[in-house]
Amino acid sequence: MRHKPQSVLSVQGVTKRFDGLVAVSKMSFHVGAQEMVGVIGPNGSGKTTMMNLISGVYTPNEGRISLHGRQISHLPPQHICREGIGRTFQLVRLLPGLTVLENVKAGAVFGHKRRWGRDADHFALEMLERVGLEGQSHAPISTLTYIDQKRVELARVLAGEPEVLLLDEWLAGLNPTELETGIQLIHDLRDEGRTVVMVEHVMDAIRSLCDRCVVMSSGTKIAEGTPEEVLSDKEVIKAYLGDDNA
Amino acid sequence: MRASTVQELVIAALLAFLAALWPLVVDIYWLGIGVDVMMYVALATSWVLFSGPTHYISLATAAFFGIGGFLVGSGMSDYEASFWPMAALSACVGAILAALIGLATLRLSGVYFVIFTLGLAEMIRNLVSWIQNNFLGSRGLYVFTDFTDKHLYWMLLGVAVAVYLLGWIISRSRLGFALRIIGGDETVARHVGIDTATVKVILFTTTGFFAALVGAIIAPRWSYIEPNQVFSPQLSFFVVIMALLGGAGRLWGPVVGVIPFLLIWNWVDTNFPNQSILVLGIAFLVIVYFLPHGVVGRLEQLRSWSRSLR
Repeated sequence: MRHKPQSVLSVQGVTKRFDGLVAVSKMSFHVGAQEMVGVIGPNGSGKTTMMNLISGVYTPNEGRISLHGRQISHLPPQHICREGIGRTFQLVRLLPGLTVLENVKAGAVFGHKRRWGRDADHFALEMLERVGLEGQSHAPISTLTYIDQKRVELARVLAGEPEVLLLDEWLAGLNPTELETGIQLIHDLRDEGRTVVMVEHVMDAIRSLCDRCVVMSSGTKIAEGTPEEVLSDKEVIKAYLGDDNA
Repeated sequence: MRASTVQELVIAALLAFLAALWPLVVDIYWLGIGVDVMMYVALATSWVLFSGPTHYISLATAAFFGIGGFLVGSGMSDYEASFWPMAALSACVGAILAALIGLATLRLSGVYFVIFTLGLAEMIRNLVSWIQNNFLGSRGLYVFTDFTDKHLYWMLLGVAVAVYLLGWIISRSRLGFALRIIGGDETVARHVGIDTATVKVILFTTTGFFAALVGAIIAPRWSYIEPNQVFSPQLSFFVVIMALLGGAGRLWGPVVGVIPFLLIWNWVDTNFPNQSILVLGIAFLVIVYFLPHGVVGRLEQLRSWSRSLR
């Protein structure tokens, strides 16, 4: 096993209701150190809500989320970020008024470790190189292609030196060539030994990247295991394709 | 330290020095305009500290400005206080009021913030008028000092320089960087670890502090303080228009906006007194259609254009 047994991030019995709608119901799962866990499921199954609960956009109605045993589920996003959880957004979110370098620096300056001045500039540059964007540091955001924008966002999150990385459909919207580059990039993150939770629809990526998968349907966990296990699970196939195909 | 920012500071110091000589070379009429200009430069620059990077348009300037004038008037006529302690006190009250407004408006954005600040300023105006009429106002608020326009001009110049310096320091700090990120995307700001609420309240408080101080300093010019006059919402609109006309993206933007606006305003006000409000409307149209980033934005566009020609 690649990962160590102790859990870094743990979600225990988390429920989130929006008025009458239960978006996430009694979800529980753990993420071990250096583990890459995929959260998959059909559209509307509550995956992004789960990400938003972990990153502090929402507070759970029930249950707790903890990082290294410390409860974080009552904290606002900025504190959760400083505790060491960094995230990307489903629809890439950059700061259009700032240069590429400044966008990445934003992560380094206020994140988990708070760098400033030259230190922050150097570290941000390092992260840009890390995602393959060296030489573009002073470009305006508007000139970047979609995958490069996604790279900048990833570099910003990495610049905060998070202990747990949340990738919310990071590969969505990429064309086939970009997809290959994207998967390789996440593969490198995996080889660096990062702890990652990724929401993803691209099955090839899930098969090749994830140590373990948590499958959600209608807000609940319906399966958990290695990608091979869960993707051949009857319940999972039913959730994706409907009763007739099961 | 980057060369360009130091250069900017040197130019600013030179301009401040030249501005300080103004009262020594002009007549009463131009000195009066100079006082107006300095007052609005200080107000609009402090407005830009918060609203420039965050894009939160505040129409509460008159509330803080009015508090400054009112407290100086009230303290000097009802409690025989002297000018300076009252000016200091009113700046602090302005800051506290701004902090409270900031805390109350944290969840508002866009047009809701604009309307709320305007409504709140009006509420404060009516509240102060009511208190003045029912509990304090038997004698009226008189401010008698030995200050002449010349002194007021220099004091306001001092405030403007202080605001500019503070803004310059902030723009080079973590706080300034946080403000730019908040202006770009508040969700991102929170997720990179910025305490957006704290940052916004700190800056809004600074704006309130300086607006109240300016209100206090200008009070001796009027001699008689009428709450409805010092809390006039027109002042809030003036500050916004001037800052946007100059360009809220740069700290020196307001200076470029205040001077032409006030010159035109004064000319129209003397020659066509009934049409003066038209200037406000036209200025607004000019900003929306021709100067979305103010005069400063156009200048920078020209500069990069001329650079690309070379």
